[in-house]
Amino acid sequence: MTALLGPPFLQHALLAGTAIAAAAGLVGYFLVLRAQVFTGDALSHVAFTGALAALAFGLDARVGLFAATIGIAVLMGALGRRGRADDVVIGSVFAWILGMGVFFLTLYTTTRSTANGAAGVTVLFGSIFGLSGAQAGVAAAVAVAVCLGMLLIARPLLFASVDEAVAAARGVPVRLLGYGFLVLVGACTAEATQAVGALLVLGLLAAPAGTAQRLTHRPFLALALSAGLAVAEMWAGLGLSYAIPHTPPSFAILAAAALVYAAVLVAGAVRDRRGRSRQHAVT
Amino acid sequence: MTPLTRLDDAVQPSAPPAWPSTGDPVVCLRGAAARVGGRTLWRDVDLSVAAGEFVAVLGPNGVGKSTLVKTILGLQPAAAGEVRVLGGRPGRANHRIGYLPQRRGFDATLRIRGVDVVRLGLDGDRWGIPLPGSARFARRRRAAEARVAEVIDLVGATGYAHRPIGQLSGGEQQRLLIAQALVRRPALLLLDEPLDSLDLPNQGAVAALLGHVAHAEGVSVMIVAHDVNPLLAYLDGVVYLAHGAAVTGTPDEVINGPALSRLYGSPVEVLCTSDGRLVVVGAPEPPAVHADRHADRPSGARDGSR
Ligand SMILES: Nc1ncnc2c1ncn2[C@@H]1O[C@H](COP(=O)(O)OP(=O)(O)OP(=O)(O)O)[C@@H](O)[C@H]1O
Ligand SMILES: [Mg+2]
Repeated sequence: MTALLGPPFLQHALLAGTAIAAAAGLVGYFLVLRAQVFTGDALSHVAFTGALAALAFGLDARVGLFAATIGIAVLMGALGRRGRADDVVIGSVFAWILGMGVFFLTLYTTTRSTANGAAGVTVLFGSIFGLSGAQAGVAAAVAVAVCLGMLLIARPLLFASVDEAVAAARGVPVRLLGYGFLVLVGACTAEATQAVGALLVLGLLAAPAGTAQRLTHRPFLALALSAGLAVAEMWAGLGLSYAIPHTPPSFAILAAAALVYAAVLVAGAVRDRRGRSRQHAVT
Repeated sequence: MTPLTRLDDAVQPSAPPAWPSTGDPVVCLRGAAARVGGRTLWRDVDLSVAAGEFVAVLGPNGVGKSTLVKTILGLQPAAAGEVRVLGGRPGRANHRIGYLPQRRGFDATLRIRGVDVVRLGLDGDRWGIPLPGSARFARRRRAAEARVAEVIDLVGATGYAHRPIGQLSGGEQQRLLIAQALVRRPALLLLDEPLDSLDLPNQGAVAALLGHVAHAEGVSVMIVAHDVNPLLAYLDGVVYLAHGAAVTGTPDEVINGPALSRLYGSPVEVLCTSDGRLVVVGAPEPPAVHADRHADRPSGARDGSR
């Protein structure tokens, strides 16, 4: 039975990848809706620095990943207005953070005798085929927790994102939700970094969500679609990468995501043009 | 609930009772004051709105009308005096208040339908997501959907409620937001400039609808406005804020030369044009009762071609 799913490394990748993609799809929908995609991007830089800092101090890279992304997510919320980090705050923080990452990378490769020279590359581009069974299990568990957290706050968060003043007057804890969401974004970024790498996290967060929002204007359907698309694109990417030699999984996953988004964009443009010319014919 | 007349149908204005009435107040301010950023906006404001009363809050820009609404919602603490709302401290019964904040357009890229925004007014504060499931849930969902469709029809927004709200015109968005404020059958409606960005026929229609909601359904309605004219036929009371103080009373008591002169401390005249519109002349600020924002928009220039 399990043999059907290929060798263990592929099974681990599928297990972790599915849960991570679902979490990224759910979180990404709200990032796009709240115009906070830039926040996800900034946190991926933080993820790079956090992982290398942990390695430099001889810790598990994941400890640094989660501590850095969640910590900085909350910090950005606190500096920004009402639990929403604003562009200036992000812009000022993240270039500095990236510089720190380079510093830690140098520190790690020059001081640790056991240093893995490719650590920087691994963090930047992900290593989903390199996960052990235990690592995949932990990654999947954390991602499932992120999914459950997102589903729990989805409706009030939607209210707060669309109509902040009314939601606040109605007693929705707008500020707290903003922080809660940023924590989930942080955790999700840390997770996704393990799968597709710090440089490419943004694609997994933004592409399926953007696609879903173009396919439907019903918010909860779009949320489900975003998660579904992310999972499907993850599977497609893992499958392609396994089947075609020399195709890195992060590349294949993001190629699938970008391709679907582009297809939906083109289809939408064609439909718009047709609709317009039909309208033209009527009037 | 009594079936409501649609917005497009004419609603006869009922004879306004004397105001303030002696009924149990839904909103009650006694000697209230508001301070924002270390500055006292208004003080010694006494105000009482009973169930089923329709009251307009008027005054020039920056005088603290929106702050008064926020004080009633409990979003802004009163600096002095006593404020009671729906029998308790402000903020305690906000689930029974329909609130329309001052105009904020939705981002043009917001890809959420108008119905979804109205629906959030009904159950947006609940945790979790709406789950398709058991028969009981299905019945509740159908009831919710029916209520949302009903209020959208009431404000005459059915034709565009299923389009993304970011792509709607300002007036269309405004009507959907009025539906959102009404959807929970609130006991109190607080509307901050709901007539803003509506054309003249629609201002009249929304004013008639709100008058009906107040007088036929017993909902207390407080509305911030810059132009009192579309509302005059339906109003029970007026709160006129200026110079850090308030005059309250029936429209006749407040919107007249002597009352406004006392408020401003300088001679003010209220003129009545041949078509029954009121114009305040001589106020130190720009003419406050008649649309100071829309002064560039001649009243005859927009026809109701919608
Ligand atoms: N958060 C705030 N911090 C500092 N000052 C504020 C704040 N909110 C409002 N103000 C000030 O309080 C005053 C009253 O504001 P408010 O919004 O209540 O006016 P308004 O009567 O509703 O005016 P408008 O007709 O323009 O809507 C303004 O001068 C404004 O600058
Ligand atoms: Mg205001």
